[in-house]
Amino acid sequence: MNLVEPEMQVATAVKPILEVEDLRTHFFTRDGVTRAVDGVSFTVAPGETLGIVGESGCGKSVTALSILRLLPARLGRIVGGSVRFEGQELLSLPEGRMRDIRGNRVAMIFQEPMTSLNPVLTIGDQIAEAVMIHQGASRSDALRRAAEMLRLVRIPDAEKRVGDYPHQFSGGMRQRVMIAMALSCSPRLLIADEPTTALDVTVQAQILKLMLELKQATGSAVMLITHDLGVIAETCQRVIVMYAGRVVEQAEVLELFDAPLHPYTRGLMASIPRIGLGRRKRLAEIPGIVPDLRKPIVGCAFAPRCPIASARCRAEPPPLAEHRPGHLAACWHAGEMP
Amino acid sequence: MGAYIARRLIATIPVMLVVAVCVFLLLHLTPGDPAAVLAGDNATSDQVAQIRAQLGLDEPLWRQFGMWLWRLMQGDLGESLFWGKPVLDLVLERAEPTISLALTTITFAVIIAVSLGVLAAWQAGTLVDRLIMGFAVLGFSVPVFVVGYVLIFVFAINLRWVPVQGYTPLAEGVGPWLERLVLPSIALGLAYVALIARITRASMLEVLAEDYVRTAQAKGVATRPMLTRHALKNAAVPIVTVVGIGVALLIGGVVITETVFNIPGVGRLVVDAIQRRDYPIIQGCILIFSAVYVLVNLLVDISYTFFDPRIRY
Ligand SMILES: Nc1ncnc2c1ncn2[C@@H]1O[C@H](COP(=O)(O)OP(=O)(O)O)[C@@H](O)[C@H]1O
Ligand code: SF4
Ligand SMILES: [Mg+2]
Repeated sequence: MNLVEPEMQVATAVKPILEVEDLRTHFFTRDGVTRAVDGVSFTVAPGETLGIVGESGCGKSVTALSILRLLPARLGRIVGGSVRFEGQELLSLPEGRMRDIRGNRVAMIFQEPMTSLNPVLTIGDQIAEAVMIHQGASRSDALRRAAEMLRLVRIPDAEKRVGDYPHQFSGGMRQRVMIAMALSCSPRLLIADEPTTALDVTVQAQILKLMLELKQATGSAVMLITHDLGVIAETCQRVIVMYAGRVVEQAEVLELFDAPLHPYTRGLMASIPRIGLGRRKRLAEIPGIVPDLRKPIVGCAFAPRCPIASARCRAEPPPLAEHRPGHLAACWHAGEMP
Repeated sequence: MGAYIARRLIATIPVMLVVAVCVFLLLHLTPGDPAAVLAGDNATSDQVAQIRAQLGLDEPLWRQFGMWLWRLMQGDLGESLFWGKPVLDLVLERAEPTISLALTTITFAVIIAVSLGVLAAWQAGTLVDRLIMGFAVLGFSVPVFVVGYVLIFVFAINLRWVPVQGYTPLAEGVGPWLERLVLPSIALGLAYVALIARITRASMLEVLAEDYVRTAQAKGVATRPMLTRHALKNAAVPIVTVVGIGVALLIGGVVITETVFNIPGVGRLVVDAIQRRDYPIIQGCILIFSAVYVLVNLLVDISYTFFDPRIRY
């Protein structure tokens, strides 16, 4: 076994556009400290689509929000680590400089299209706003750009619809609007946090396809967050599996599906929903529940649910190590079958 | 929209009718002979009889009400017993100071209260928030006359920054007019500010936790437009509702404020009328105040469409 630090092994030919290193984000709530993200490291190369997968509550959204420093004020705090975007450290950047990056160089799409748009502002104004802020465009120029973006995300009658309000759009249409808004300033990195989870299955595929087409056209990198490995298989080049606020496995997509090393990843694979079985139903959930992140975790966080857990697993936390070229896993029994 | 306003205006008729019945009964349910009550303690029986005849008090109650209502609908609020003049004329003569006081108070109160509420919500849990909310609790619980006398004592008598009492008509210049309105507006508006600041904070807190506020921040929107354009507009409906409901607070406060600051307005007219048992004035003013309140709240309802495009009438 080859114990290499994760950031060393991704020293590939191109310089990464985003480097997250040992990120730690905690929530300070009335009933204790939640270690939502607890030492996460990964990189995104320019133009790459990186998937981040894991069950609900494993820290995917908090990771994304930490990168843009959009955590709920006074509740969530980044307590350690580093986030470098295009070589620049974001965590120590003054708020004003950070705002210049948000929506401009790095844009984000959220999970809930029904609540993520402002109900009292027109679609056009909401898209135009980013263009006005970051490109100094006049309102009329920005609104023209907004109409252009709506056409790009294939909203019929784009010119007329810029004056409409979110409640006049369906969920799928609103997510198209969100994509239009996020891409309006041609960001170098697009963070999409479960962009299709709240949508109908048929709409999900359309939205994903649209997003990746536009990504191809603009050449931006994408961080696609999902709890659905099926989505990853169809869209990403590289994937990171998260569990309990940590990265437990990382590999090229084909490699991961060919030879998953972590029992948690194998569990996720067994539960990939398959279309064609009537409703898109989970086949086999991983038994057990995610650990309480307010309590200290001794040993491997997955041990209580792991079919091959050993005494060592319960005593010592497994480090993230390279087991095959470019394929990392944090498991004492990586690749072993139950 | 026009149809909605018409419908709402028609809907105010039953409300005003109930008010009218109550106002009418105000005189007739007072213990004893209304004529004797109106005539006062030292009246001769002739004077009592004259008043009775003048007011038609010999007629059956329902006929009296009918006649009274009929005259009301023609804009006749009756005649003052003390002044011997139409109540409407008396009110109009004293309308300017009261309208001036009310409008300056509402304008400044809303601006200050909304700013404080937004600030408190944005800084929720911090010292700033606690200071503002502490002020709001205090402002709501200190009576108008106490605030008034303290203000007069400190700013008019001790510091001599502003005149002590009275009213200068707007015709004599904005400066002098405003100068004498400062202290009464503060006294009158304090509870109103407290009320609006609290609802603004509560409404803003809810909105600031919404997903679309985070979307705005993810776009790079700066703090100020995030608070106003994105959040406040969404928080507006409960706020304007309370601005409207709070007018009731102002109406009660106007009567006291005008007395404390010796402002010759409608509030003073009412206080004097109460002391003189000048029932037609009391009745007329209650009706006018009620109509104002109902109309203000109609305006508030209509303003919802301006803030929220989902509300359509
Ligand atoms: N606003 C919050 N307040 C307190 N805890 C939070 C908050 N948001 C997230 N968390 C905690 O952070 C953990 C990770 O959440 P999240 O990143 O949203 O998970 P997911 O992987 O489903 O996106 C959760 O276990 C949750 O308890
Ligand atoms: S370290 Fe042990 S408990 Fe954890 S996943 Fe691997 S085998 Fe399971
Ligand atoms: Mg999430």
